[in-house]
Amino acid sequence: MSAETLYGLGAALLAAVGLYGFVVSPHPLRRLVGFNVFGSAVFVVFGVVARRGAAAGLVADPIPHAMVITGIVVAFVSTALAVALLLRLHAATGRASLRDDGA
Amino acid sequence: MSAGLALDAGIVALLLCAAGAAVAARSAFAGVVGFLAYGLALALAWVRLAAVDVALTEAAVSALTGVLLLGAAVRLRASEAAVAAERPSRGLRLAAALLCSAVAAGLAAVVLAFADPAPSLAPDAARRLPATGLDNPVTAALLSWRAVDTLLEKVVLLAGLLAVWSLAHDRAWGGRPGPPPRATRDGALALLARLLPPIGIVTGVYLVWTAADHPGGAFPGSTLLAAMWVLARMAGAVDAPAVGDPRLRAALVAGPLAFFAVGFAGYAWADGFLAYPAGWAKPLIVAIEIPMTISVAAALALLVAGPPVRAPSR
Repeated sequence: MSAETLYGLGAALLAAVGLYGFVVSPHPLRRLVGFNVFGSAVFVVFGVVARRGAAAGLVADPIPHAMVITGIVVAFVSTALAVALLLRLHAATGRASLRDDGA
Repeated sequence: MSAGLALDAGIVALLLCAAGAAVAARSAFAGVVGFLAYGLALALAWVRLAAVDVALTEAAVSALTGVLLLGAAVRLRASEAAVAAERPSRGLRLAAALLCSAVAAGLAAVVLAFADPAPSLAPDAARRLPATGLDNPVTAALLSWRAVDTLLEKVVLLAGLLAVWSLAHDRAWGGRPGPPPRATRDGALALLARLLPPIGIVTGVYLVWTAADHPGGAFPGSTLLAAMWVLARMAGAVDAPAVGDPRLRAALVAGPLAFFAVGFAGYAWADGFLAYPAGWAKPLIVAIEIPMTISVAAALALLVAGPPVRAPSR
């Protein structure tokens, strides 16, 4: 098995772990962790695509790398916004639940 | 199995363990600690995938994400017990696990079915690299070929910051985020807050400067600068600026403004938006990168600081 395939299959499993955490965790903060694991697994699949595209003396295709760098920063921004929303929800209701009954 | 492949297998195993720990941990705090370990292992994976620029960004940004999530985990600790009661039933969890496994199987099938030879823009990139005057193709992609992506991302960064700020109370608008600083005089935090910033600031500036020819970049560089400020703020050495401060606003928009100015000037001196005249690509890219670093560092640091909570002094 090549290293690229290994990382690709690893990323497929990581995506499942992240998605499971995102779907099943009751606490919004844990969902955010799952969401970030899932997102980074997608980035790694893209990194595998870039590595397989090594050609013309370059060790990898640089265009996916640039897009992943942009994606990492945008993922951070959305995480920061979600954390701010969650802390505001907690400050306003005293709870951190996403369930809309009884609120 | 070669030594390299064994190392890769080890990194993938480490990633899976850390991700499992992050998702399955008993408390949110422990989960975030697992996520921090995951971010570091991920940076190693990026190095092994020959993406050193991505590895630097991943290491720097995931540390900042970790600080953000740890802070939130501490503040939300009291809410955890009540929320834990909302955990889905065993049957629902099993169904979710099965569906997530199906996603993994689908992704794995895609990975195994990748086209051979792989589609690649690397030959185009190698051919056009000399015209940019840069030696690092990733920087050329970020600031020349796909500069419009990078420009829009700057705008997303500011839009995100505005959204975070808009969660402030009316009375705190224009004020400072977070509690007033309490200076810590001893302990590891006070020592590190004195020791690390000089090293971190020099490394951050170096990463920006060297990115033209070597792995680095404005993103990891500015993330490192932001992290140094966050460290100094945690130790109580500096206070967060008031979000209404005009100097802060100027620092935040300097990068996008310089980017737009160079972009529109492209209509006059070259053939369109964000086109650079021949021979001028490198100086213009450096001219964009310096204000961009300041803006990105300020925006990232303030995203970690959160919305303003203290009323501005009048």
